[in-house]
Amino acid sequence: MNDLVLFLQLAVQLGTPLLFATLGGILNDKVGNLNLGIEGMMMVGACAGFGVAYHTSSPLLSIVTAGVASLLLSLLYALVTVTFKGNQTVTGFAITILGTGIANFSGESLSGLTLSPSFIRIMGIQIIPVLINIPILGTVLFSQSYLFHLSLWLAFGLYFYLKKTNYGLIMRMVGENPAAADTSGINTTSYKYIHIALGGLLCGLGGAFLSLVFVPRWQDNIVAGMGWIAVALVIFSTWNPIKAIFGSYLFGLLRALSIKYQNISFRIGNNDISITSQIIDMLPYLLTIVILVLTTLSKKRENQAPAWLGKSYFREDR
Amino acid sequence: MATDDYVVMQNICKAFGKVTANHGVNFSVKKGEIHALLGENGSGKSTLMNILAGIYAQDSGTITINGKYVDINCPKDAIDLGIGMVHQHFKQVDVFTAAENIIGGHSRSLFIKKNKNCQKIETLCARFGFNLDPRKMTYRMSVSEKQTVEIVKALFRGATVLILDEPTAVLTPQETTTLFETLRNMRDESCSIIIITHKLNEVMDISDRVTVLRKGESLCTLNTVETTPEQLTELMVGHAVNLHIPFRKINEDKKAVKLEIQNLTVKAPDGKIKLDNISFSIKSHEIFGIAGIAGSGQKELCEAIAGLQTADAGRILLEGKELISLNPSERLGKGISIGFIPEDRLGMGLAGGLTIEENIVLKSYQAQKSFFMDHRASRKAAELLIEEYQVSASNTKQTVRSLSGGNIQKVLLGREISQNPTLLIAAYPVRGLDIAASHFIYNELNKQKERGVAILLIGEDLDVLTSLCDRIGVLHEGRLMGIIDAKSRTKEEIGWMMLGQKAEEHHAKSC
Repeated sequence: MNDLVLFLQLAVQLGTPLLFATLGGILNDKVGNLNLGIEGMMMVGACAGFGVAYHTSSPLLSIVTAGVASLLLSLLYALVTVTFKGNQTVTGFAITILGTGIANFSGESLSGLTLSPSFIRIMGIQIIPVLINIPILGTVLFSQSYLFHLSLWLAFGLYFYLKKTNYGLIMRMVGENPAAADTSGINTTSYKYIHIALGGLLCGLGGAFLSLVFVPRWQDNIVAGMGWIAVALVIFSTWNPIKAIFGSYLFGLLRALSIKYQNISFRIGNNDISITSQIIDMLPYLLTIVILVLTTLSKKRENQAPAWLGKSYFREDR
Repeated sequence: MATDDYVVMQNICKAFGKVTANHGVNFSVKKGEIHALLGENGSGKSTLMNILAGIYAQDSGTITINGKYVDINCPKDAIDLGIGMVHQHFKQVDVFTAAENIIGGHSRSLFIKKNKNCQKIETLCARFGFNLDPRKMTYRMSVSEKQTVEIVKALFRGATVLILDEPTAVLTPQETTTLFETLRNMRDESCSIIIITHKLNEVMDISDRVTVLRKGESLCTLNTVETTPEQLTELMVGHAVNLHIPFRKINEDKKAVKLEIQNLTVKAPDGKIKLDNISFSIKSHEIFGIAGIAGSGQKELCEAIAGLQTADAGRILLEGKELISLNPSERLGKGISIGFIPEDRLGMGLAGGLTIEENIVLKSYQAQKSFFMDHRASRKAAELLIEEYQVSASNTKQTVRSLSGGNIQKVLLGREISQNPTLLIAAYPVRGLDIAASHFIYNELNKQKERGVAILLIGEDLDVLTSLCDRIGVLHEGRLMGIIDAKSRTKEEIGWMMLGQKAEEHHAKSC
């Protein structure tokens, strides 16, 4: 029983960076910009956050730096795709390669370093009194880091923003039909810039969670494909931040499986069957493919991708 | 210039690259007036109005409103000046409700006040006599409802000058009457209404004044009561034209059934029924028209016959041969020849980036034996086509995309006819073409009819359908409401069928 609870707690921890990145991806997609640069933005966030954390030991400063660093990278993406109307797919890939490169290069001098114990104490797991006593959920949800709580509140906040506020309505309008927004007197360019930047910031926080809370060290390629899983999770969640929570923790669960159980063996009849860790490691990625196929079967109009996703908008286009 | 003009546009020039769309255009509209802007496709009507609505910026020229010079740099400037435009392609989000489309970008409060918004919209609708449910999702709406959303959206933003770009192109005669009713209401509330059109009967019916544009220049502004359709056509085209579409009746015993459709049912991928148990037949020497509101199953019908869409039930027989289950290349093998002019010419019909030559050979390259293309043969075919159909192209190596709409259609029609089809399917073949090019296409269809081809013509202009076709089938939400003799029914009767009444029902009522 206790094992199961600890396992779930780990799953939620592993799902948290995915949740940050997925929320960032949703913000980008909803305003009409396909973001394939998530992986690179997470890397930059992870690296910048760790660097500042090592030198200053200030949790707030390091988190802010992580967010700002990947925000800057997302502004580059916005410049190319919004102002210069560049191809979003290619630009996204370029941002991933660039971000990963910058982070691994600058991180060279950071590997092997450890953060101060006081920093780790603040960023690490916090036990919330009273609530911790709730059976199972108490441990799973209330012995987690502050960043975990932030990600959860952000998901609810983002849902509320998209569905209930006029600004959310307008930004969805920009993503669905920029011409409709434009002829309604909306500055589509600034809406795109703002939401792409905020999306980048969230991706950076996802990276920071890895280097400051979960590992907490600098490793080469620390994000290790999580950004790509987030790209899939954005689609899986049908651009809905609440569903993104469940999607992220589902993938967290699979990652937890491969960490906790390096080898699974059992008997069928007289045969010993053992599943190697490599197979288990593959599961999240396999599931990504399966889920993407399954979600394309969804037919409800409201669950489809924003109609103008991936396309540039020229007002004078004829 | 009269002093009671409210909006005045003077000497407007606008070029897109090398193409001059507006050249020194003058235009003005008064308060409480319905003003028609008349001109052929490509005469610069939409460009001029897009400049007024802030979508395009003019290269030179001035705009005054109420005597004051104004700068309109973006749509927001236009909205602030009380100018609203209903574009030909509606600028709305399908997955929004009517209210969300109307409010979006207008309300500056943080939270969406759903009920208050809906109430405001309902009040506005009541004032002008619109019938609109603000909570309805846009993708569930008919074209005419979507248009209402656009008009209400403009009024909600305080428009006193309303521009409508070809508003009746997709409406039934009944819907057009209702629209004109509301436009007159709005005029009486001292709105200025500008209606872009190329339909003369509408100009005569609704407008107070009319301005004629030709090739990017404004020719004149006339009071509608002082002019005639003949005079307007001559102004619009530049020379007198015969607007009559010829029809030749062919003796019944020369005709033989070519295409037979039996109980055809087609479903969309989401399971929605697009064609519901349709049966009809087309004979040789016959043009069979399909009328219906856009999206009533016309596309599915064409594509099912052309073999691009799988049928869920029913049979399609061409000269007795079953077509369902044969893909296009199997059809070619069996010597089945169907000419198809799809709705989306450059999407499905031709490859815009390829040359005229290459496009012509696309359908017959399989007949060439060698591995390498025989360019001489395809060039010859292209030269022949250009000559026969009077395509204005500099040479056969010009890309199709760089041709004008009329010439693109000629290349497509020419290629399809050169295959000697038994059946020719033409979906909206004159959409976007000018009068001369349209008449060229009508004549070509008539020629094919006389040669004995069975023709399926999908149309939107009922005047054209009734004069060109022998018989007309009317579709409503995927059901065939009846097949009628094109010469014995009025447009209004067809309109009622398009709205869902059976042929017999209406006939019984009117008897």
